[in-house]
Amino acid sequence: MNSTVNRDKMLEIVFMVIVALMSIAAIIPFILVLSSSLTDEMTIIREGYNLFPANFSLDAYKLIFKGKLIFDAYKVTIFVTVIGTLLSLIVTSGLAYGIICKSIKHRNKIAFFIYFTMLFNGGLVPMYLLISKYLHMKDTIWVLIVPALVNPWNLFLLKNFFSGIPESIIESARIDGANDIRILFRIILPISLPGLATIGLFYALTYWNEWFRALLFISDKELFPLQYLIVSILRTLDAIQSDANEAQLFANMVPAYTTRLATIMVTIGPIIFFYPFVQKYFVQGITVGAVKG
Amino acid sequence: MESIAKPTVSEITRGKGLLQAIQRNYLIYLIMLPGILFFLVFSYIPMLGLVIAFQDYDPFKGFMSDFNGLKNFEFFFTSNDWLTVTFNTLYLNFLFIVAGTVFPILIAILITEVRSRIYAKINQSLIILPHFISWPVVSMFIIAFFAVDGGVVNQMLAGFGMEKVNFNTSPDVWPPLLVLMRVWKEAGFSAVLYIATIASIDTELYEAARMDGASRMRCIMHITIPLLKNTVILLTLLALGRIFFGDFGMIYAIVGDNATLYPTTDVIDTYVFRALRLNGDFGMSAAVGFYQSVIGFILVLGANALAKKYDKGSALF
Repeated sequence: MNSTVNRDKMLEIVFMVIVALMSIAAIIPFILVLSSSLTDEMTIIREGYNLFPANFSLDAYKLIFKGKLIFDAYKVTIFVTVIGTLLSLIVTSGLAYGIICKSIKHRNKIAFFIYFTMLFNGGLVPMYLLISKYLHMKDTIWVLIVPALVNPWNLFLLKNFFSGIPESIIESARIDGANDIRILFRIILPISLPGLATIGLFYALTYWNEWFRALLFISDKELFPLQYLIVSILRTLDAIQSDANEAQLFANMVPAYTTRLATIMVTIGPIIFFYPFVQKYFVQGITVGAVKG
Repeated sequence: MESIAKPTVSEITRGKGLLQAIQRNYLIYLIMLPGILFFLVFSYIPMLGLVIAFQDYDPFKGFMSDFNGLKNFEFFFTSNDWLTVTFNTLYLNFLFIVAGTVFPILIAILITEVRSRIYAKINQSLIILPHFISWPVVSMFIIAFFAVDGGVVNQMLAGFGMEKVNFNTSPDVWPPLLVLMRVWKEAGFSAVLYIATIASIDTELYEAARMDGASRMRCIMHITIPLLKNTVILLTLLALGRIFFGDFGMIYAIVGDNATLYPTTDVIDTYVFRALRLNGDFGMSAAVGFYQSVIGFILVLGANALAKKYDKGSALF
């Protein structure tokens, strides 16, 4: 008996160590990029990326904040995230309300109409043609928002939150003469705040990390979102590095290594900052989705 | 409610029935309208738009171009490309599914077995952090680790007196590397689901086992893991349903236009993208997209049917 207890203790210590090692593995790349971005360019070129800033330097940050690119990208990303999340929440909750409304006869058909889009889709080419040729959304900021307005997963997650509201509350409001818009905004949404927070954060994260549609539809540099700015910086550098002469020229003029690291840090900064406060909503969303979905 | 307002008119024709239903609840339909329009425009029109797979695309006629039968399919299916990209899509997704099952379960068990709640919570937060950053950012991390000049891995190899590896010209190392990236980024977040499942296991089971003198390792092997079986089977089936769809966001962000790595990393989605954007070949890329949509649809249906058979409540539909 005693030996089992001892072995269990040992096992827990081993587990704690492994868990700690996994945590370190999860955050080491962040530390590596942070400290390298704070290192002098020549040191990086000579010694490579490092976990501790050997020759501390803020040059890269000074340089990227001197340019207009990063501010433009920030503006685009913040606009897309804030406006996109708001619009997504409004449209998604409207749909979810209809689907739970018992008085809507066709609600099951509508739910299937949406489900089906999770099973089958037209793929890239028709979507590309539709957006660029028919809707003329190329090089507009709306192309980063509108085609992603409703995510079916988020919709059904919100529906699950709504379904938890007792029918009697809705019925009594209706008897008191409240119309559906009033019921949605005054009763359902306030009760469902945790649910709204959860899917709102899911949407916000998607908008913040969006770059695929920028790759397809945005060529105007002023409309680059942050993530796409990174992609284009990486691609440009690849191109430059393949041309040795140009690389030489580039290396002498601009701190290329550290600026892209600094750009990365500036891009993920807000996520790291908000992360501790919002993390629980993401965990909650997954758990609710699992239990009811 | 319904019995009072039951309209007899609506029974005369179906069309009138729908109209009546909308009239009676016009506000709700109004609230739903933007969402319904969204799915009509951005999901259903592209589905119909798949016809261009069978057309000789003409920029002036768009979706109304002239039909040319199966000509668009010929090029893709007579080249070796289709085998390569189909294999890569299936193979990489298969690796992702296996690693994406094993590691999250491992993480979930390790975390739930740690008694100190604070210790578990802090570590869990750190482990799921990578989920929240985008693949382009990860791609920069990869450069910092795997670059020939200055990359951490090559620094270490050099430190041990070993030869440097140029990852950018070695296609064979990428499938395991991609799996590693995937595990690093997503395993922690996927573990959340398993942690929730483990938390819902009746604690009496463990207490009874402990009374009988079972060690914690035995409890894990004989209680926790068997009880995760349902979740594992369902998640795996759902993932299998998606096996024909490559992760464009991941692979394009990491591999980009590095053609040297295509033999092991090019998936259907990146292939379609290139055919469209770099070659401007609408017909052929639409044909490949059509192939993917249709086979993908069949697989989703199959996986769902299996999931339903296994557990009625848990299928996607």
